[in-house]
Amino acid sequence: MSELWQATAPIENLRKRAEIFARIRGFFAGHNVMEVETPLMTSAAVSDPYIDTIECRYHPLPGQQEQIRYLQSSPEYAMKRLLASGSGAIYQICKAFRNGECGRRHNPEFTMLEWYRPGFDHHQLMDEVEALVGPVIGISGFQRISYAELFRHYLKIDLQAVTVTELAAITRQHIDVEMEDENRDNWLNLLMSHLIEPQLADKGAVFVYDYPASQAALARTAVSAEGVPVACRFELFVAGVELANGYYELTDAAEQARRFQQDIAQRQSEGLPVRPTDSLLVDALENGMPECAGVAMGLDRLVMLAIGTERISEVIALPFDRA
Amino acid sequence: MCVNFAVATVHLSLIYFEINMANYPSNQFKNGLKVMIEGDPCSMVDVEFVKPGKGQAFTRVKLKNLMTGRTWERTFKSNETAESADVMDTDMEYLYCDGEMWHFMDPQSYEQVAADKTAIGDAHLWLKEQDKCQVTLWNNNPISVTPPNFVELEVTETDPGLKGDTAQGGSKPATLQSGAVVRVPLFIERGDVLKIDTRSGEYVSRA
Repeated sequence: MSELWQATAPIENLRKRAEIFARIRGFFAGHNVMEVETPLMTSAAVSDPYIDTIECRYHPLPGQQEQIRYLQSSPEYAMKRLLASGSGAIYQICKAFRNGECGRRHNPEFTMLEWYRPGFDHHQLMDEVEALVGPVIGISGFQRISYAELFRHYLKIDLQAVTVTELAAITRQHIDVEMEDENRDNWLNLLMSHLIEPQLADKGAVFVYDYPASQAALARTAVSAEGVPVACRFELFVAGVELANGYYELTDAAEQARRFQQDIAQRQSEGLPVRPTDSLLVDALENGMPECAGVAMGLDRLVMLAIGTERISEVIALPFDRA
Repeated sequence: MCVNFAVATVHLSLIYFEINMANYPSNQFKNGLKVMIEGDPCSMVDVEFVKPGKGQAFTRVKLKNLMTGRTWERTFKSNETAESADVMDTDMEYLYCDGEMWHFMDPQSYEQVAADKTAIGDAHLWLKEQDKCQVTLWNNNPISVTPPNFVELEVTETDPGLKGDTAQGGSKPATLQSGAVVRVPLFIERGDVLKIDTRSGEYVSRA
């Protein structure tokens, strides 16, 4: 008999996990944020080019009239429809699914905490993230640094001046990779994950904010203090681990539709699968979504950081290879 | 719609099969996998999946060049593949050295191979005839030899032992039958058989 029947996470880690989940629910109850649930099987898929959705098949009659559904990669679209429906502040703890994402810190099926705060901007939401996460991981005084400052400080790169060719050359000085790419953000992401994140390992908790406007995803854009267009987006890194991603949310329906089209065009040009985008989200924004900030956090990683382990299999009872 | 879907599936699985013959896609990389990089056989020492929330997926691999011993990190795109290397670790018995080559035999098939100076590396310091070693073969030629973690070798030369000194510090050099020189306690004498840790090259005890 193999050992695959057995949980990979020590039971004491699962107990710690349960405590953290209870604490999160207590935190939101105390702040009047309502817990909600949204569908895991959806008719539209995420548009982000580099998030691949897992498909499933629904049959109204067994074996007949196959309909493709998508396992959600984040509850973002559905929760925004609730906000536009008048929910007020909401949070959700749910499973999210991403094709191909399997490794030391990734499980294709993982647990996400996502919440939305009408009336908050992303800086106010960073305060709240810190208030929730700080006590769980035992760190106070989170640092805040802009994306441009991060690249200036750690890599001596001036993002306003640097060209794609120069970014490629800098990357190749540090990283042995065979890559040709016209997409500036792909180089920036590579530098971020390979060179900057490891340097954040001993910096505690760090919010990175004001992402390049080209990496706005579903955040609104603004002009930074330096006069540069930026995305009102932040990410939280703890011990060099990407833990949370937040936005001062885009509420403009036309802009949302335009970004979906842009993602589809990128998917087509890179030969990535093109799936239906969420027209119901655009309708919801059209109807009117309150000004709000929202954030998604990987709860498995939060538990990893609280326990001090580098393996997601230490905090997920039955990870993908034993599911 | 359904027909197209079925055709696409068959097509993909055929491509997958062809790739799988001689190449590993990056999502199948794992520790210990042997692949060809720039003409040399390499072993994967550490494999990490790197995927920022919104960015592309990469596989970052710590590789060891099995010819030179050099280790370094290389990053593979998610659609990259690596050609498999015909590398095998084989348990073999050390026979003899003819002054130029070190000869080994597979105790099952009685097949013999000869390793040159580069392939033998430092392993020759710990070889005793008939000891078992791990010989790494690439396309059936030895490229490296790993001696057992612990070997027992006789002292052929050392200064005379000091009486009564069995525990207190102090050490001296001793030459072993394989030619290696190790630091040993002062009480060790010529003719003693010593247990040596080949990974550190250090004396462990009298055998």
